[in-house]
Amino acid sequence: MTPRVAVVGRREFIQLTGLSAGAFIIGLRPKEAMAAAGEPFRFDLFVALHPSGDMEIVAHRSEMGQGIRTALPMVVADEMEADFDRVRVVQAPADDRYGDQNTDGSHSIRDFFEPMRKVGATARYMLTTAAAQAWGVPYEECVATQHVVHHRTSGRRLGFGELAERAAKVQAPDPKTLRLKSRSEWRYIGKGRTLVDVRDIVTGRAVFGIDARAEGMLHASIERPPVVGGKVKGFDRAAALAVKGVRHVVEIDTVGLSQGFKPLGGIAVVADNTWAARQGRTALKASWDPGPEGTHDSIAYRKELEAKASAPAKVVRKRGDADAALAGAAKRVSALYYTPHLTHAAIEPPAALASVSGGTCEIWACTQDPMGARKLVSETLGLPLEKVTLHVTLIGGGFGRKSKPDFILEAAQLSAKVGRPVKVTWTREDEIQHGYYHSASAQKIEAGLDASGRTVAWKARTAFPTIASTFDAKNEYPPNWELGLGFSDLPFDVPNLQLENASVAPHVRIGWLRSVANIYHAFAISSFVDELAHAAGADPKDYLLRLIGAPRKVDLKADGSDNPNYGASFDAYPVDTGRLRHVTEVVAKAAGWGKTLPKGRGLGIAAHRSFLTYVAVVAEVSVDAQGTARVEEAHIAFDCGTFVNRDTVITQAQGAVVFAMSGALHGKITTKAGAVEQSNYHDYPLVRVTEVPRNIHVHLVESEAPPAGVGEPGVPPVAPAIANAIFAATGERRRELPLGKRLA
Amino acid sequence: MISPMITLNVNGKDRQVDALPEMPLLWALRDVLGLTGTKFGCGMAQCGACTVHVDGEARRSCISPIGTLAGKKITTIEGLSPDGQHPLQKAWEEVNAPQCGYCQAGQIMSAAALLKAKPKPSEKEIYQALEGNLCRCGTYLRILEAVKKAAAL
Repeated sequence: MTPRVAVVGRREFIQLTGLSAGAFIIGLRPKEAMAAAGEPFRFDLFVALHPSGDMEIVAHRSEMGQGIRTALPMVVADEMEADFDRVRVVQAPADDRYGDQNTDGSHSIRDFFEPMRKVGATARYMLTTAAAQAWGVPYEECVATQHVVHHRTSGRRLGFGELAERAAKVQAPDPKTLRLKSRSEWRYIGKGRTLVDVRDIVTGRAVFGIDARAEGMLHASIERPPVVGGKVKGFDRAAALAVKGVRHVVEIDTVGLSQGFKPLGGIAVVADNTWAARQGRTALKASWDPGPEGTHDSIAYRKELEAKASAPAKVVRKRGDADAALAGAAKRVSALYYTPHLTHAAIEPPAALASVSGGTCEIWACTQDPMGARKLVSETLGLPLEKVTLHVTLIGGGFGRKSKPDFILEAAQLSAKVGRPVKVTWTREDEIQHGYYHSASAQKIEAGLDASGRTVAWKARTAFPTIASTFDAKNEYPPNWELGLGFSDLPFDVPNLQLENASVAPHVRIGWLRSVANIYHAFAISSFVDELAHAAGADPKDYLLRLIGAPRKVDLKADGSDNPNYGASFDAYPVDTGRLRHVTEVVAKAAGWGKTLPKGRGLGIAAHRSFLTYVAVVAEVSVDAQGTARVEEAHIAFDCGTFVNRDTVITQAQGAVVFAMSGALHGKITTKAGAVEQSNYHDYPLVRVTEVPRNIHVHLVESEAPPAGVGEPGVPPVAPAIANAIFAATGERRRELPLGKRLA
Repeated sequence: MISPMITLNVNGKDRQVDALPEMPLLWALRDVLGLTGTKFGCGMAQCGACTVHVDGEARRSCISPIGTLAGKKITTIEGLSPDGQHPLQKAWEEVNAPQCGYCQAGQIMSAAALLKAKPKPSEKEIYQALEGNLCRCGTYLRILEAVKKAAAL
């Protein structure tokens, strides 16, 4: 990437950020670089330096706990030699001048590490040049250190604030000659740092989407069809309006499947406060015609998925002749795995505030995708894009749910209808019953072992409703990127390989959830590795390493797989079995793999590459007499290449284990007569503090590889590590999620 | 329908709330009084995000009707300490406990009620006090660390 760096106008910056005048402004426009990658965008305006020395750095990616509002500003400050304690982080509104703001897919650091370094280095160059000019000395004799430029020979010093005005007039450096720091010079990058929002969080001042307020705002709660695509049969408008505080009852057209991010529709009750809106909603006593999805049933759907996974399907990757090798194998092993739908269950439900008036719309929302939300509102309301302002709040847990802007459009449509600012707050029941669900899946894997126990054939088939079905009903086969999430990128050294994919029709809205299809693919694959180890009479860790094979770069294209590799090049981010081996070895050693455990306890191991990061997990699990599994301790080895905030990587890895445990042990969304059966945390339980392992040891690999994902890749290996540990503890093979048998 | 004003004592001040006595405290705090530090998560005392103190004890405000709270002292995260320097707030910051931060006010309020009643709680008592507070980001280990630090355990 070779961004052109430019100082941009103060007026533009102030317009965009609302920051006060009198600051030295610097930005970066890497549009040429991104156009080359086929994704045109430009962004600018990242740093403001005031004469006082105080600074603002703009965060253009959404914060949902992954620490991006801290990490990217750390990168800028490091290269700039700014004192991070003088920095205030300002959230960018939705604006295409910031380029891609869609915060998903664990690629914020991957995509913006180098551009942000250049922003910082440019600012450092301009401040240093300003000092050199002030003193009339050569640039080379001046050095910026922690908010001050020093003249080496005379010892003179000028603070960044004192230099701000002069620096603003300095010609921006040629990006070709821009000198970035060497790794050894990094001051913040790679070290741990407390999140910039922690003080606001612990004092209750932090503003999430649900906390947004506007003068004269009303509160809405929406009764949606229990079955997607259902139609209103009847409701009692008068009863709802009779509830104290209720002002309006608004019917919104309902939509069926494959309508993208259009709201489901239903009946909105708009009131003076949230509680009144909910009371009014109850009073509606709405009745529904379920529509075409009214016969959908999870039990039948599971059978359908399992049948599809068991019959020949579309070949997506092939090496050698798996069928012939299976036929000639000394031993054959096969297994069928099933995983149910899941939902996000972030503690902050979807919530947004919108104010539509005089041909403009102003929005405050907990959105992962500010641009997508703004565009959807603009198109639906028929307002020009520039008339839609969207302020990005903190996100009270995103996990992929809040990159879908349906709830934001609901607020905008209602505000347009009632002529007042309207905040829409989903109930927990709404969130669980009207989500975009993580796909259910069935997978069949067959393998053939030779006389030495080596796997000579691997034939796997995956069947799941694709996320693409949410946008077009015709999409019954997943796109390559979705198959690339842990299925078509299988890294194993197996001479005969055949990977197949079956078409599946959706009956609920499908969406991405933290680590997406990697969850079920890693569960089946890493569980099956354990089954093969036992079939071969080998130690599961040793057998996993044998399957991973020698350190090499796996050529997926040679097997006919068109795998997009998370949008990254294979040159920069190969499928590197050496790194997968390494995390496996690190985690096994740290966990004391092979140690003797009491009866009813076992260790399980799994390793998985996702979002270009390599992760291995060992879980120590106990299983009680009722069959309830408890994770006693966990180790997670994490190689995400170069990282920025060490503490964030550690907490994201720990958090990923806990997040994944909820899915592995408890998570299950089921439908009956088309409607979701679960409704709140009592029947869609999350792991509680009492279920958390006594320790989750994170083993962070020091690496100079380019930066890769952090938020998501910790999740996939957790469920199979637990399943394998349950087998080690009990000899019982659990081939479906959730694994945990809960005490009543 | 005319309902009399209900007087709530919140963070040391009497506040008039024009709402039905059945309204849960959570919505009176958030929508009527503008104190949004107390969070909604489930509405049925399953997640603890809405935890406040009523006469010093942890209470789920989402299921506490305001009609039952007249004359009682309500404390929210905004009023836990005048300057945000409660030992738990400091410890939370020192161990960098939050991720997204949404559930943390409820976690802190649960822990604060515990430490008020039991300045040196046992491990079991800490788990019991926090079992009702969900965290989807999975910050539990850091939360436990912060509570122990604040209690100087």
